[in-house]
Amino acid sequence: MTPAEIRNEILDILEDIAPDEDLSGLKDEVAFRDQLELDSMDFLDIVMELRKRHRVQIPEESYGELASMQSTVTYLEPLMKDLQKA
Amino acid sequence: MIAAQSTLNLPDNQRIVITGIGLTAPNGNSLGEVRDALLNGRSGVSDYEIRYVGKTLAGVCDFDSRKYQARKDIRRGTRAGSVGVFSANEAIANSGLDWENVDRSRVGIYMGVTEHGNVETENEIYELKGYDYDIAFWSHHHNPRTVANNPAGEVALNMQITGPHYTIGAACAAGNAGVIQGAQMLRLNECDVALAGGLSESIHTFGIFASFKSQGALAEHQDPTRASRPFDVDRSGIVVSEGGCVFVLERLDDAKRRGAQIYGELAGYAINTDATDFVLPNPERQSECIFLALRRAGLAADQIDIVSTHATGTGSGDVQECAAIRTVFGKSERTRINNTKSFIGHAMGAAGAIELAGNLCSFQDNVCHPTINVDQLDPECELPGLVLNESQEIDKPEYILNNSFGMLGINSAVIIRRI
Repeated sequence: MTPAEIRNEILDILEDIAPDEDLSGLKDEVAFRDQLELDSMDFLDIVMELRKRHRVQIPEESYGELASMQSTVTYLEPLMKDLQKA
Repeated sequence: MIAAQSTLNLPDNQRIVITGIGLTAPNGNSLGEVRDALLNGRSGVSDYEIRYVGKTLAGVCDFDSRKYQARKDIRRGTRAGSVGVFSANEAIANSGLDWENVDRSRVGIYMGVTEHGNVETENEIYELKGYDYDIAFWSHHHNPRTVANNPAGEVALNMQITGPHYTIGAACAAGNAGVIQGAQMLRLNECDVALAGGLSESIHTFGIFASFKSQGALAEHQDPTRASRPFDVDRSGIVVSEGGCVFVLERLDDAKRRGAQIYGELAGYAINTDATDFVLPNPERQSECIFLALRRAGLAADQIDIVSTHATGTGSGDVQECAAIRTVFGKSERTRINNTKSFIGHAMGAAGAIELAGNLCSFQDNVCHPTINVDQLDPECELPGLVLNESQEIDKPEYILNNSFGMLGINSAVIIRRI
């Protein structure tokens, strides 16, 4: 998957776990928590959805990498570059 | 132990009244809708399908869960939580309380449930099967969804209530048990407003259907609206339903002070236990429970205008309850006897509360709604005062007694006085 495809996948997950949020103006470099109402359970949802959809395992010590869209895509790129977009 | 005297002799701060009602039932999403359905013979039972069981029947609610909840909260929470949030918000709106200025730390939430967690656990295991039972795919939402206080806790979160909240697990006596618990907490001054009643999400667990089926107690009928038929000789068992009913309870002095509408006063109640069987009822203990409620209310049986029966449409359960009622009310010419499950099925933890609410309207309209679907009365269910198939106008009713019984031999009776 390309970085753009990974970004779209994260957006898709966010639409599921935060269905009341308008994601059209999401700023990639700004922390999710500073622009969306997300709590720790929501971040665990992101981790779980990546595991379920792509079998990507994110260790607990790396959860901090999921702070913003930009950091998330950067972190996931090496883990997902060999995956095919569903 | 409450003294064997009328609550009329108690100070107003020990008298508990109902000042608001919010509900969702298979045949209506407000008290007015449900009452209209009850007076016009409208059932809420429909065809239904659930995994593993397949095609069956159920009482399904169609309330607007988005009225009080964001999509995210619905996704994160449980169906019982949504039923509770809807019912509690509707109850507060109905009560006329100035909610914005109510001290939320003095509001208590007491929700009766038959069971909780089956739905969420079944769903999670079903999902897990797709991942070859690798628990790395087990949801972190499982515990907060399945803790026993979940439905009451979701109400607290949604309404920003910081007083006590918990559920009361009381099998199918839970609706009455919630009301009783709320009243007790008001009398103890643990809260100033009690949101009390019962909730059920039971139609979303296949296990409830499958277990009743294995027990030979799951209703079947070609016409869903005719499936729930307590007292009828051709009854075939229980129709499982979902629903919720929350009462706003207050002390009489508080209700008077704010000029609240009052639906009725809790005149008496009792809970006791058979201690004889896991599932089979015990009419002797049931009649003792009713007698205890009457004694605590300072009433004789012939002062009760309406008995709202628990009967679920099972072969033995209906007969046993009728035996208990015969013991208490067999000589009462005044007492009318009806059954609300014949319209909506068995709403489990919500049943007692919804059935009480449906009958409370009699204080305004002087009508006793019937038990429908009784084509041929089972001779063993023959009782004086049974109101069958058609509503009956009655003299101005003063007292309603609401029966609610459950597995493991829990019995409850609540008596409400017109005020």
